Amino acid sequence: MIEKALKGSTGYWLWMLFLLSIMGVGGLCYVQQFNYGLGITGMSRDVTWGVYISQFTFLVGVAAGGLMLVLPYYLHNYKAFGRIVILGEFMAIAAIAMCLMFIIADLGQPMRAMNVLLHPTPHSMLFWDMIVLNGYLFLNILCGWVVLQSEYKGIKYPKWIKPFIYLSIPWAISIHTVTAFLYCGLPGRHFWLTAILAPRFLASAFAAGPALLMVIAMILKRTTKFDVGREAQDKLVTIIGYAALLNFFFLGCEFFVAYYSQIPGHMHTLDYLFWGLGHGDQVYNNLVPFMRASVVMGLAGIALIFVSRAKQSDGLLVISCLLIFFAFWIDKGLGLVLGGFVPSMLDQVTEYYPSAQEIGITAAIWATGFFILSILYKVAISVKLENEA
Amino acid sequence: MYGKGRIIPALILFLGVMTSPMWYKSGDLSKLPKPEKPKDYKECVAPTAFMRTSHMVLLNQWRDNILREDGARIGKTANGTEYVRSLQNGCMKCHSDKKKFCDTCHNYASVKPYCWDCHLQPKEAM
Amino acid sequence: MDSKRRDFLKIAGLSAIAGIAVPSAFNSLLKGEAVASEHGEAAAANAAAGAHGAAAPTGKRWGMVIDVKKFAANPGLAEKCVSTCHAIHNVPDFGNKKDEIKWIWVDSFEHVFPDDSSQYKKPEALESMPFLTLCNHCDNPPCVRACPTQATFKTKDGVIAMDYHRCIGCRFCMAACPYGARSFNWREPRGKNADGQPFIKEINPKFPTRMRGVVEKCNFCVERLTIGQIPACVEVAAESKALVFGDLNDPASEVSQVLKTTFTIQRKPSAGTHPSLFYII
Repeated sequence: MIEKALKGSTGYWLWMLFLLSIMGVGGLCYVQQFNYGLGITGMSRDVTWGVYISQFTFLVGVAAGGLMLVLPYYLHNYKAFGRIVILGEFMAIAAIAMCLMFIIADLGQPMRAMNVLLHPTPHSMLFWDMIVLNGYLFLNILCGWVVLQSEYKGIKYPKWIKPFIYLSIPWAISIHTVTAFLYCGLPGRHFWLTAILAPRFLASAFAAGPALLMVIAMILKRTTKFDVGREAQDKLVTIIGYAALLNFFFLGCEFFVAYYSQIPGHMHTLDYLFWGLGHGDQVYNNLVPFMRASVVMGLAGIALIFVSRAKQSDGLLVISCLLIFFAFWIDKGLGLVLGGFVPSMLDQVTEYYPSAQEIGITAAIWATGFFILSILYKVAISVKLENEA
Repeated sequence: MYGKGRIIPALILFLGVMTSPMWYKSGDLSKLPKPEKPKDYKECVAPTAFMRTSHMVLLNQWRDNILREDGARIGKTANGTEYVRSLQNGCMKCHSDKKKFCDTCHNYASVKPYCWDCHLQPKEAM
Repeated sequence: MDSKRRDFLKIAGLSAIAGIAVPSAFNSLLKGEAVASEHGEAAAANAAAGAHGAAAPTGKRWGMVIDVKKFAANPGLAEKCVSTCHAIHNVPDFGNKKDEIKWIWVDSFEHVFPDDSSQYKKPEALESMPFLTLCNHCDNPPCVRACPTQATFKTKDGVIAMDYHRCIGCRFCMAACPYGARSFNWREPRGKNADGQPFIKEINPKFPTRMRGVVEKCNFCVERLTIGQIPACVEVAAESKALVFGDLNDPASEVSQVLKTTFTIQRKPSAGTHPSLFYII
């Protein structure tokens, strides 16, 4: 089946070559980081996690987003998702692969990563995160591949795979819950210390993951004969729209608690992210334009996505999905992690700017993710189209 | 098997190339490392045969025992001589020349222990 | 009837066991007492009592009282504590804030006690007082809970120690510490700056350095405690008694006596970490 990835149009090969070149440049950046240390990044004693961990957090959401396809199709027998569900599972594989790469890129001693297994520590949320992420990766490879293989052979998937598919449903919830627990269990970081963090993570995941999927599905519709179908498209719009709304509801709850209670620790980070934090005789606000753009893009995306369905406009659908995807990328892939470090535990403000090498490595990991995704989608779509021909 | 005539010779060639370093030096006893032992001390913390194969295990045990289990920092040899259970402040007191002792074997076996990233060898010039 | 009663008793008994065992197991999980098995029953008892706060003190618990007034009266003393500690522990000085590594340092009141609400009405003298700041060696340490490899752990004497061999450099402990007491080796500590000056000016051959990519912090001079010495900073401040060090669980110790007779405050008590450091202001 994998041989399908080795036959493609010039466009396919140019796309892969483009990704490989980014991976090459980022690989060189990583060699530099490996030799010099993490000091080559923009991280500091006060802001100890940067784009690596924030991308990781966001991508866990993209991976968990696949649930929104698996659950209706397998649990509720919603047939319209028959063509798209495999795309969700394969997207989860690529997203988790990126997550693992981002974690490795962020480690000070990557050669010792296996210490987490060598000295298992159940009271550490990072230990559980490693278990659920790797488990979810395994489940998606297994379920996605076995189901597709059966389709390739023209038979129904074997019965034994069903328990694994059902298991993958709560497992998808667990990956983002445990990832939220990394943050919301830390005393002293008020911005993260909120019980609503895991629900908020899930809401944004169920919007951002399917939104990215929708954009890719629309690209495939234009470039190949593969069409996920109008009904699936319309259903996804409902899912993305309501999940995105739910995320903004949760965000609103955060705002209420902080600004109505007037507890300084709860307000400071929101001040920093959305209004600019006055500290001493300076105002720190390097993330304000991003965070405000995120809210505007997110709300506009929600409005447009429902309009796109009413007008049955694919163009509008792509635009609204991109708006929602980037809104949540900023919200979680930037503001959430970086904001938590401002102000510091000693009430000081250090702003973070990623270094060139850091951006290079980040781009390379994204490129690797898309590389994996392209191979998997090439295989899946070739099989699907071949079967229908 | 399809393409048998090419695949099997290619596999043999591949294995041959990959294992060539082993064939190249096999049986050449003159190349064996000869670590220089300290002259003023007759006895180590454990028998030579054990130390040769398992010194790293012993060091790890000392570390975990002292650091985590509040173990004794002083040990006793079979003959009752006291020693400090420490790489930097114990072992290196007798084996004071890292180059002639540690490095000889480590270089031969091409192992790069990270001990010296943190621990200091005697009179290390930095 | 009888058999029903037996069933009822069985269920009642089982749920009683579950009611007792599950929360205590859960507590020990949450409290970061994976090493509990070694301490056996004592730890289990602590965990069970955990719901009500303080556990019965067992064994030693090192602690320290920092008398800021005495440091203010002895200018330069706090700085000397810092330089002595950093010299004997081979703590590098990178000369910039981004890469900074510090085990103990002098800071201001509003940084050390950022939650204090008396900001508008406080003695002017507070502004210039030197607050010695170091790891709090919490009784309930969030960093130990967070560490995925047990590279940071609590010794039986209450010291929060680091095993630099095991640290993978994930910096989860730095996110977890409510006191900003931890530093990361962003670059090679044994390296040199652009002018060829080594980051560790003079190496103490008795103590190791650290390596790139691991987290480090104050170790309460555990290497000195085990051979019967007091921490280096306490030794520097011995004459003025600005630092009082001892066993918090021993009611006769000097530190316990000071705590009994003097009003002291702790950093961020609401975080529930139970620091072993106390400040007299």
